Amino acid sequence: MRYLPKSDSERRAMMDACGIDSPEALFAHLPEAARMKRPLDLAPGISEYEIVDYFRQRAERNANGYASFLGAGAYNHFRPVLVDTVVSRGEFLTSYTPYQAEISQGILTTIFEFQTMMCQLTGMDVANASMYDGSTAMAEAVLMAVRATGKGRALVARSVHPEYREVLRTYARYQGMPVEEFGYVPEAGTIDLEDLDRKLDGLTAAVVVQSPNFFGVVDQVKTAAEIAHRRGALLVVVFTEAVSLGVLEPPAEADIVAGELQSFAISPSYGGPYAGIIAARERHMRQMPGRLVGQTTDSRGNRAFCLTLSTREQHIRREKATSNICTNQALIALMASVFMTVYGKQGLRELAEQNLAKAHYLAGKLKPRFCGRFFNEFAVRVEGRTPDEVNKALLKKKIIGGLPLWRFYPELADCILLCATEMSGRAAMDSVAEALA
Amino acid sequence: MYPENFRYTKEHEWVLVEGDTGTVGITDHAQEELGDIVYVDLPKVGAHVEQGKSLGSVESVKAVSDVYSPVSGEVTEANQALADAPETLNSDPHGAGWLVKIRLSNAGEAESLMSAADYEKYVGAEK
Amino acid sequence: MITKVRNHISQNEPLLFERSSPGKKAYQLPELDVPGVDAGEALGAENVRPEIEGFPEVSEVEAIRHYTRLSTWNYAIDYGMYPLGSCTMKYNPRINELVARIEGLAWAHPYQPEALAQGSMEVMARLEAALAEITGMDALTLQPAAGAHGELTGILLIRALLEKRGNPRKKILIPDSAHGTNPASAAIAGYAVENVKSTETGLLDVSALERIVDEDVAALMVTNPNTLGVFEENIIPVAEILHAKGALLYMDGANMNALVGIARPGDFGVDVLHLNLHKTFSTPHGGGGPGAGPVAVKKVLEPFLPIPRLKRSGKKLTFDYKRKDSIGRVRAFYGNFGVLVRALAYILAHGGPGLRNATVDAVLNAVYIRKQLEPYFDLPYGSPNMHEVVFSDERQAKNGVRTGDIAKRLIDYGFHPYTVSFPLIVHGALMIEPTETEGKRELDQFIEAMISIAKEAESDPQLVKTAPHNARTSRVDEVGAARKPVVRWKP
Repeated sequence: MRYLPKSDSERRAMMDACGIDSPEALFAHLPEAARMKRPLDLAPGISEYEIVDYFRQRAERNANGYASFLGAGAYNHFRPVLVDTVVSRGEFLTSYTPYQAEISQGILTTIFEFQTMMCQLTGMDVANASMYDGSTAMAEAVLMAVRATGKGRALVARSVHPEYREVLRTYARYQGMPVEEFGYVPEAGTIDLEDLDRKLDGLTAAVVVQSPNFFGVVDQVKTAAEIAHRRGALLVVVFTEAVSLGVLEPPAEADIVAGELQSFAISPSYGGPYAGIIAARERHMRQMPGRLVGQTTDSRGNRAFCLTLSTREQHIRREKATSNICTNQALIALMASVFMTVYGKQGLRELAEQNLAKAHYLAGKLKPRFCGRFFNEFAVRVEGRTPDEVNKALLKKKIIGGLPLWRFYPELADCILLCATEMSGRAAMDSVAEALA
Repeated sequence: MYPENFRYTKEHEWVLVEGDTGTVGITDHAQEELGDIVYVDLPKVGAHVEQGKSLGSVESVKAVSDVYSPVSGEVTEANQALADAPETLNSDPHGAGWLVKIRLSNAGEAESLMSAADYEKYVGAEK
Repeated sequence: MITKVRNHISQNEPLLFERSSPGKKAYQLPELDVPGVDAGEALGAENVRPEIEGFPEVSEVEAIRHYTRLSTWNYAIDYGMYPLGSCTMKYNPRINELVARIEGLAWAHPYQPEALAQGSMEVMARLEAALAEITGMDALTLQPAAGAHGELTGILLIRALLEKRGNPRKKILIPDSAHGTNPASAAIAGYAVENVKSTETGLLDVSALERIVDEDVAALMVTNPNTLGVFEENIIPVAEILHAKGALLYMDGANMNALVGIARPGDFGVDVLHLNLHKTFSTPHGGGGPGAGPVAVKKVLEPFLPIPRLKRSGKKLTFDYKRKDSIGRVRAFYGNFGVLVRALAYILAHGGPGLRNATVDAVLNAVYIRKQLEPYFDLPYGSPNMHEVVFSDERQAKNGVRTGDIAKRLIDYGFHPYTVSFPLIVHGALMIEPTETEGKRELDQFIEAMISIAKEAESDPQLVKTAPHNARTSRVDEVGAARKPVVRWKP
């Protein structure tokens, strides 16, 4: 087998050295009843050619050559070539978590840069080395707020990604932590501030809002912060479309920011792997989950980096840890880092403005359901037909339309959520507008 | 090594009782076992602590250790200097490295703790 | 003698921010084919940020040099043996990377219509079936993103089942040799953790368990083979004790690579386990992730698996969201799909017989290392080991040389250190896992290095205690980093 580097004679020599005469002897100590009595019922190994062929065939059974207007937490953005060039280097691809700082300075330095860029982008003081994805980052951010405030209730906007809210409910279920929701303004699509104010009480640890929210609408972070802080709750701001931060004010009034970086050169890949992050105010640093890299020096006085504040983590604090997370999304976070490096200060702004222009071009031909200001996503009401019928018609033109909202919002059953990015061509947008007109 | 006027716990804390106030810290043995201390988590002034219950924790790079209060009462002062200089706990655990001052709610409580001589014996046996 | 490496020039490189200068670019966007929009008008001036202060500004050439230079400061499997115990650092086949990037898979949107996602769903279904066969379990969820996430999912499943039976119970038993994620995961699921002492031979204490397991115990979380690399020989009686009291057996599958093709958790009483695809199934670790932590269960736990569940409906695959007993979602969408693709590619490449051969070689390598190093290092537990072996630094400690020092000295010899000071039941542990993808030559060089260091610990302990000497970076001040945390660059 090509992944096993020993010849039969080397194997024999090693067995001789171990004083055994057959590989079976290595397992002789296993209880007989626990042993497998037959070979695995899996076909024999196949060649590279056959493996590629198998996956190509699967890929052909997926959508191919379609223009897509889906967003809703996973966005179509161009991936700069440098991204795969960097993450394909074996030194990054095939290394472990950098516990041994002396020979892990490469990844440690990139994580330190990543943390820095996340702070610059979000307006927070500290950011961790990554979480699994945006949804789990949000759940962990709420648990973090619970620890920081000593309170135990969460109040979440209904305009937060529905699947993120589901994940939070799973995490909160056995923490004795009630999770309640507050609404959005039916006309604007922004959070309903009165509903928030009404439902907020002194026992609330976290108010959670997303901006741009699930409907693509830029939400009222500043006002939400004022209301939350008045009652001693922390404001958790969630983002799913990181490119928006190229042009939008950072959520600097938040206490904790939980986000998804998929937009930063991470392919949609049918839902993962992506990279989540948590960023926060410095006073909450010791309540953060996940890994943190810190700057220090080596014994010769050179600048060096290492994992730090590890006493927060499971391998030291065990059941009292701030989280159970161990493996995170390091390589995916590195993709995001390379993306931010390639676009940089000017490029991310330009990219964001292109997204803005494309989405507003498309929206200009349609009537958005909400009047709130939006970035690159917006909901549209479909008239005369169902959203599924419109999408079906679009598929014939090799276009995947928007996400029908009936699945998550019964009151918006006649709406679809459309997303346009720098990848959306004018012709395809015209077709969508035509189909919806 | 261990001041005669302190009383000691099995969890390696000390208390110095003066009037109705007890000053609390961790012992030289405790700091030695922990190694370089990097962070100290102390209760807020006004907090109530109970004998034998955790009042905070001290951390090295790779370990966290609870500090159990040797006496019960109300915290009247926490050693703020430790926030910027946790290494003081290593260099002067019985002096400048004190953790909190407590207004005692049960004056006799400290009597149940070990004397310096007993503690020294206890630490010797533990080794 | 150091035979594996000699020094070469290592490039210096500043941080990105120190390299930046205004106006430099590494990108070019296409001309807009639609009219431009004024950001202030579209978003409201109050919502538009000024520039992103401090963000990098470099050219493409500088960008690639930056990351290439930094990469050379890392050790990697591609350089050689990476014997981190419990981490299973095996070779990562590049075909996995290629197939994960095939356009129809890499660019599949999680919400594209099911009819246009059948290929992705087939990959998931085939992987589920293969993992069910390998583990001997009845059903799987591929949703969890990593091992610890799988643990949480598994414990939530147990809790849901017990709740359905009328009593969720109060605590999870965890051996003192367990990974730290086990107690941390149990705590999130709302359970108290009770540590169980191992026996003198480092195994589960059957008679102690007989005493402790009562109506309050929800489950025992056990790693098998355990973190000493030893198979829990009493696993079947242990499962019986738990089941008799209505408790369940959870297996941490971190060490499943010692069992594939040899023994199946489903056959020795396990009710639920998670797998680490980034360990046993060789999707890369990538400097700390991504992973994938599928959870496999017996039939009784199937109704509680996270939504959505993959389901076959005639010739089509579909996602089932209507499952009233489900614990809900543990993450958005369906899991780390790209990692699942890589794991399936690995399984296809090996095939059934190949996977078993990999297990045999992994165990042979660890037994070989044990045999060769036993004369030089203290072996606190003598039971036969499987894929890894745990020594202690007891002999070297007499000269003041600890496991951490030996580990740092290994760097000078051209190897990544083993896992240091874990499991906790071994004082001064050296936990060595070679994996099956090391050849005899690399193993012999590693053994030679370890023996040489053992001798240095006698003849020149100071040399070992101040290692590494030949690395680009000498010993790092972790204490300083923790006392005054600097976790972001500032101008």
